[in-house]
Amino acid sequence: MAVEDIGSGCSSSGDQEFHVLAVDDSIIDRKVIERLLKISCCKVTAVDSGSRALQYLGIDGERSSLEFDELKVNLIITDYSMPGMTGYELLKKIKGSTKLRQIPVVIMSSENILARIDRCLEEGAEDFLMKPVQLSDVERLRDFMLRGGEEERELGRKRKTPDDSCDCRPLRKRPTPLATACSSTFRALEEPVIVHES
Amino acid sequence: MERQAAYLRNALFDQGYLDEQFLQLEDLQDETNPHFVEEVVKLFYTDSVRLIQSIELTLKNTPRDFEKLDKIMHQFKGSSTSIGAKKVKKECTQFQEYCNVGNVEGCIREFQEVKQEHAALKRKLEHYFQLAREAR
Repeated sequence: MAVEDIGSGCSSSGDQEFHVLAVDDSIIDRKVIERLLKISCCKVTAVDSGSRALQYLGIDGERSSLEFDELKVNLIITDYSMPGMTGYELLKKIKGSTKLRQIPVVIMSSENILARIDRCLEEGAEDFLMKPVQLSDVERLRDFMLRGGEEERELGRKRKTPDDSCDCRPLRKRPTPLATACSSTFRALEEPVIVHES
Repeated sequence: MERQAAYLRNALFDQGYLDEQFLQLEDLQDETNPHFVEEVVKLFYTDSVRLIQSIELTLKNTPRDFEKLDKIMHQFKGSSTSIGAKKVKKECTQFQEYCNVGNVEGCIREFQEVKQEHAALKRKLEHYFQLAREAR
């Protein structure tokens, strides 16, 4: 039961639905994120680990390029703390792959650790969301991606290179309200910062 | 029946058993997914059995393996957070604090609290879902 393919009930204007690959080892969180994404009219594929995500994306070379294009993933949203491969390690693998690095990656975490957020953003994460993820987070993400994705296809711009310490791609009209690599601002939280990193 | 269900639901919030996250889950429920909240809660209780067993075993065999205890509890706390289980989450945090300072007795004692809150919420939610179903 590692891979769950769930179609969206929404009618999309184009022939291509916004396809999100969700990665989370928690079965509860997978169910919730799937629902959030479906409600936001996304096609969802949910997997329970980083290695399964890479398998699905065809990074191990098993999938032919034709199959990969048909399965086109528009966004990867992954939990940070997972056994085996963390979300951060998955992010690095994706950004390190010529085939996959263009896919935006969003990290989710229940722990508000500044160093962790910065690390992920510097490695090329599109955004960093605090868990539990809300419907408003997903809707904002989808809207941003849909706008940015079109522009990216038009301009044919490459995603950020390892040299960029500041993730200030010209595609963005304005910085994401949740986080930027430069300022490390993020959504205000009711709970205090947890210093202990597990 | 409907009034009873609503009363019980409100009580769960008033008494601090549930927080806003439960409301978020309710917002995700509609005609296309009329039992979503109950499904998520059921999933939580099924899944948490193995985590509880794992902690129990660790406390029995290697009670000073605080890293392991913390890791398991992190998962358990995460799931509790996802369903809005406010009191359970609080006890999980307390347990992790005992792990942080290496207090075995504290962990053992606190784990009983975790299990109690976990079971209490289960009973209340099962009752609530039953009433809600009968009200439809």
